[in-house]
Amino acid sequence: MKKVGVRLTLLVSVVVMSVIFFIPSYLPFYQALPGWLKQVMPSKGITLGLDLQGGIHLVMEVDEDRAVEIAVDRSVVSLQDGLVDKKIPVESVMRTGPTQITIQFQNAELKAQIQKMIDDYPFYSETESAGSANRLVWELREAEAKRIKDSAINQALETIRNRIDQFGVAEPIVQRQGLKQIVVQLPGVKEPKRARDLIKETALLEFKMLDEDNQQNLDLPARIPKDKEAEILKEAEAKLPVGDQILFERGIDKDTGREYRVPYLVKKRVMLTGDVLSDARVSIGQFNDPYVSITFDSKGGREFERITGDNIKKRMAVVLDNTIYSAPVIQDRITGGRAQITGTFSMQEANDLAIVLRAGALPAPLKIIQDLTVGPSLGQDSIEKGMQATLFAGALVLVFMIVYYRISGVIADFALVLNLFCLMGALSALNATLTLPGIAGIVLTIGMGVDSNVLIFERIREELRLGKAVRLAVDGGYDKALLTIVDSHVTTLITGAALFLFGTGPIKGFAVTLCLGIGINLFTALVGTKVIFDLLNQRPKVEQLSI
Amino acid sequence: MLEILGKTNFDFMGKRHLAFIFSGIMAVLGILAIVQISRGAANLGIDFAGGTAVQLKFDQPIRIDEARKVLEANGLSNAELQEFGQENKLLIRLKASTTIEEKVADRVVAVFTKEFSSNHFVVDSSTEIGPTIGQKLQQDALIAVAISFAGIILYVAARFELRFGIAAALATFHDVLAVLGGFYVLDKEITLLVITALLTLAGYSMTDTVVVFDRIRENLRMRRRESEETIINNAVNQVLSRTIVTSLTVVLVLIPLTVAGGEVLHDFSLALLWGVIFGTYSSVFVASPLLLLWPKSAGGMLKRS
Repeated sequence: MKKVGVRLTLLVSVVVMSVIFFIPSYLPFYQALPGWLKQVMPSKGITLGLDLQGGIHLVMEVDEDRAVEIAVDRSVVSLQDGLVDKKIPVESVMRTGPTQITIQFQNAELKAQIQKMIDDYPFYSETESAGSANRLVWELREAEAKRIKDSAINQALETIRNRIDQFGVAEPIVQRQGLKQIVVQLPGVKEPKRARDLIKETALLEFKMLDEDNQQNLDLPARIPKDKEAEILKEAEAKLPVGDQILFERGIDKDTGREYRVPYLVKKRVMLTGDVLSDARVSIGQFNDPYVSITFDSKGGREFERITGDNIKKRMAVVLDNTIYSAPVIQDRITGGRAQITGTFSMQEANDLAIVLRAGALPAPLKIIQDLTVGPSLGQDSIEKGMQATLFAGALVLVFMIVYYRISGVIADFALVLNLFCLMGALSALNATLTLPGIAGIVLTIGMGVDSNVLIFERIREELRLGKAVRLAVDGGYDKALLTIVDSHVTTLITGAALFLFGTGPIKGFAVTLCLGIGINLFTALVGTKVIFDLLNQRPKVEQLSI
Repeated sequence: MLEILGKTNFDFMGKRHLAFIFSGIMAVLGILAIVQISRGAANLGIDFAGGTAVQLKFDQPIRIDEARKVLEANGLSNAELQEFGQENKLLIRLKASTTIEEKVADRVVAVFTKEFSSNHFVVDSSTEIGPTIGQKLQQDALIAVAISFAGIILYVAARFELRFGIAAALATFHDVLAVLGGFYVLDKEITLLVITALLTLAGYSMTDTVVVFDRIRENLRMRRRESEETIINNAVNQVLSRTIVTSLTVVLVLIPLTVAGGEVLHDFSLALLWGVIFGTYSSVFVASPLLLLWPKSAGGMLKRS
């Protein structure tokens, strides 16, 4: 490394590499490049963090216990169907605990027959404790409950990914964090509320029958204002028939534009769920009102045909996440595996509904535990202000160094600029995300870069004061400052590494730029500026140094 | 040769008792701040305490007392409001403890849309954080800080002596405490970004201290006749001009960032600015004198033969 030529080549190649890596980060320039050049160039550079470009950062938790309950509920439905198919009359099949199914029957002789049904449900075991003659209790095995919980989060991840893909966001991040958390980052989203709703909606589509026979006894009001649901539920609670529930249809009054709710008595039993959908599309009805037409897969189509055939002239509710979209009367057996979901929604709502139906339901509701939304304007503001202030600050430092150290100051300034180039290049090469704390890391790096040069220069001045010749003074200054610079950088590197390994989110972003910056700093301070001094001192007669 | 300081010979070590008193007060203030933070009595940002923050940008100026009245009338009392004057920006913060329901951000937006229908606004940012997340962040930050301190003590102890490591760590910790204490006294919000600033200044202060220690080490090896106090004093004086020049340049960077960097960067830069000033002070007046306090001060590696 003693030869100036070798170091100079190293320096130049590092700069060239940095520039090449940085170019994709500066889009206007990158896009102007000819196509063949783009092919050989790296295609991705620095991504701006949400705090700089706007967007949403969501952390959600999957309600795993609810996922297990939902799975047990499904078993209940299929068990009911199985009993009907085998013509075994029972009084009720119900979920009676988070993981428990209770089957009640009148005829004690049926017990053996029903007990045999468990062969089809290997994930359940019969509990001995409830050994009544007219009752059987099944319990979901623990291993299965655990499997459901595990798969719930994976399924949720998959579903959210599907939805976001269809929503259309550039470079979304959907990741699992820890055991049951999901992190979603949508940079640059213009309609944060819509995106959030789209992600969060469980989108469990169910077809349920209305209990018209019992509806009269309850005297439910025909129409109630929004927000009064709880009162209705409370009033009706005592009179509610077993196996029934009250659900509400959402509507908007055409004259006043107010939202209202229509209560319906609905049988809890789920006839069909959204699992059997193969497609969902938005169509426009004859009055220019959008609706969603759905297509069942072959199994679902047959099932739908059977259900509609069995319930002609009865009303069936289309329920999404426990809200009724519509409750049409079944006019005839519906063949061909198609159905429509109508209701009062705008074109956009219909669109979003089609997206969530296509992408499938979430296995359980999600709870948002962290929601950061930065509007694009704030992002723009903070970039502009931050940039202006940083540029101004940078200019101050550059000028100060030149005033204080003259020509040597120019060399130090060169090192600083070199520093920034390399740092940007390295961040681009790593496709790092630049956030505000990341910029803080850069500021600290620049501070340290200045410090390294000041240390060296002060040492050189000391050597000069001792009366040494210029070349010797420069070498001596570098040698003596070397250890100090290494020590101070290593200690900061230790801090940076600890923050990188154990910090989260923004702190990590800070640590990345800091660690990179320190490495680059060492290089520019010890190799970069020294080369320039050596070049200057290669002149035959060096009597003075401007420092 | 332009010099801010020529060759100096200040008696820094002689002033150490005064410095210890001042630093003691700052440290106590900082410890008080930490106690209050852990009790939840300090002004913790919602990223630690959990809660909701919404920032709105209006077309026309908005009166802060009217905004408060409107929020209270709609059942959102205990909101903290902050204005960013020139740009008609309003920051509304609701801590998790003051409200239990979800979707507070949506409600705030709805209230303003309804009550200030003539004054159009856009949502600059909205943040909702569950209390569990805040606790996790706090924990992670603490672990990271503890480990980095342990690492630094070990490294400095290995390169110098144990007393250097401990003195450096103490001095750095003192700077963090001083700035934290200042923020607590001024009732400034302690956010994740402020914590990042504290970490940055810890890094800076550490560098500063190591530079001074390096010179002390060098002098301890060379000049063995003089008393330790004189050696340390000389070392501090020798690096004084670099200490001043470096600090000055960093301050030059931070002042524009604090004044004109925008609301997001303001508190961050302010914390750093104080930190640099304290960091410079502490490497001269705290870290170096602490070396003298160590019993039987000359250790193995730097033993004078």
